[in-house]
Amino acid sequence: MLSNFGRYLILMYRVFSRPERFRVYFRETVREIENLGLNSIGIVIIISIFIGAVITLQTRYNLESSWIPLYLIGLTARDTILLEFSSTMVGLILAGKVGSNIASEIGHMRITEQIDALEMMGINSASYLILPKIIAAIFFNPFLTIISMVVGIFGGWVAAVVTGALSSADYIYGIQYWFVPFYITYALVKTVFYAFIITSVSAYYGYHVQGGALEVGRASTKGVVYSSILILLCDVILTQLMLA
Amino acid sequence: MIVVEDISKSFGSETVLKNISVTFEKGKTNLIIGRSGSGKTVLMKSVVGLHEVDSGAIYFDGRDFVKMGTRQRQELRKEMGMLFQGSALFDSLTVEENVIFPLQMFSDMTEDEKIERVNFCLERVHLENANKLYPGELSGGMKKRVAIARAIVQNPKYLFCDEPNSGLDPKTAIVIDNLISEITHEFDITTIVNTHDMNSVMEIGEKVVFIYEGIKCWEGTKDEILTSDNNYLNDFVFASNLAKRIRDIQAGSQQ
Ligand SMILES: Nc1ncnc2c1ncn2[C@@H]1O[C@H](COP(=O)(O)OP(=O)(O)O)[C@@H](O)[C@H]1O
Ligand SMILES: [Mg+2]
Repeated sequence: MLSNFGRYLILMYRVFSRPERFRVYFRETVREIENLGLNSIGIVIIISIFIGAVITLQTRYNLESSWIPLYLIGLTARDTILLEFSSTMVGLILAGKVGSNIASEIGHMRITEQIDALEMMGINSASYLILPKIIAAIFFNPFLTIISMVVGIFGGWVAAVVTGALSSADYIYGIQYWFVPFYITYALVKTVFYAFIITSVSAYYGYHVQGGALEVGRASTKGVVYSSILILLCDVILTQLMLA
Repeated sequence: MIVVEDISKSFGSETVLKNISVTFEKGKTNLIIGRSGSGKTVLMKSVVGLHEVDSGAIYFDGRDFVKMGTRQRQELRKEMGMLFQGSALFDSLTVEENVIFPLQMFSDMTEDEKIERVNFCLERVHLENANKLYPGELSGGMKKRVAIARAIVQNPKYLFCDEPNSGLDPKTAIVIDNLISEITHEFDITTIVNTHDMNSVMEIGEKVVFIYEGIKCWEGTKDEILTSDNNYLNDFVFASNLAKRIRDIQAGSQQ
């Protein structure tokens, strides 16, 4: 455990040492934005729309027959999505998708000696392979979170209208009622931390693979599991620091 | 010339290299031979710093590699080319992009000059008209050629080849061996080749170092190898029935 953490820090030190050629890194970062970011928009939209709908319906059924005004359902759905869903849930989903992708890609390069080949060319392989992924995710994941917020709130509206759980007017009034802009800042700050965790932790497990295809699979699982745990831990800490 | 002085290397409790000293000569193909698992790859990767040695010194034309910092090593690595056992081409790049890769990273040539250099190297390994193919579309022999072209694109002074003909049919294997040998002499490179293949030894072994269980057991030329009285070496050299038969027939004809 501690030796893992030590090796992780050493790797991060190498990742953040001065890049060889800025132009090449820029090109790689753009490629990773497409690979890790743009390719995740679909899954984020699908999941957000459904979770937005479910949150709205569940809130509605929990408040059945009570005296609470219906527009508060819109407010609850909005705050759940802004505070927790679009950052943490989306973070966990990306840990699964992006994390396993990174760990298996880098792990495959390790066992086929492509990382050694980079080192032999005089390239800092850790920095070349990992830095563009970290930067791409830190830059692009906030957009994914914002997309998720918009789509999730829209999903809640669709559910409300289609099932007749509450009226469009109530929902729209609710999602504007008592709006705290800071919640968005809070969610985006969390997203940036999560982006760093997902990319660096899964890259760490991929980079240190030893053996064959089986170990690459294991590294990919470990990358996902540990990024997820760290995301949740980070969630607790940041919530305490920012909202308490 | 690369001078290796008394290097040792262990992984955990397993000692893989034991006090190896050897000199690899300039303009020659220096072979490291030995059975699978004897430590050839670990020795080669220790010499180039992909493994950190536990003790000992390594000099590249007098420059002490073990003592160097990361930046200095990176600079020195630009003078090295390496051919990996599985070729280690970058999957997502075409043949041309693979070979041009080190130039994109470090060279100040213009784009045209780089392409020219890449084509020169690909022609040198007799691989024309494959520029736009991906590694997945190449045969084993073609992959090795691309890997050689990539290894020599920066005009290396030192060339390392780990089992260059593993996985190739005997004919292609000899072609690759000879290519490495020609390039070595043509550009006056210090070349080190790992192999367990006696055909390669006979074909290109100007200097041969025999490793047995992590110990340097013998060194000499390809001609001396057949007449050596080192038992470990003879076990290795005459491992095949064919080789034994030939030796026995030769011994018979000499009496
Ligand atoms: N990274 C490593 N970690 C632990 N042991 C290793 C590692 N690399 C090689 N070894 C061990 O070192 C020994 C020599 O391996 P190697 O140099 O690959 O042999 P070969 O002569 O076939 O190239 C083997 O017993 C192998 O298990
Ligand atoms: Mg080997």
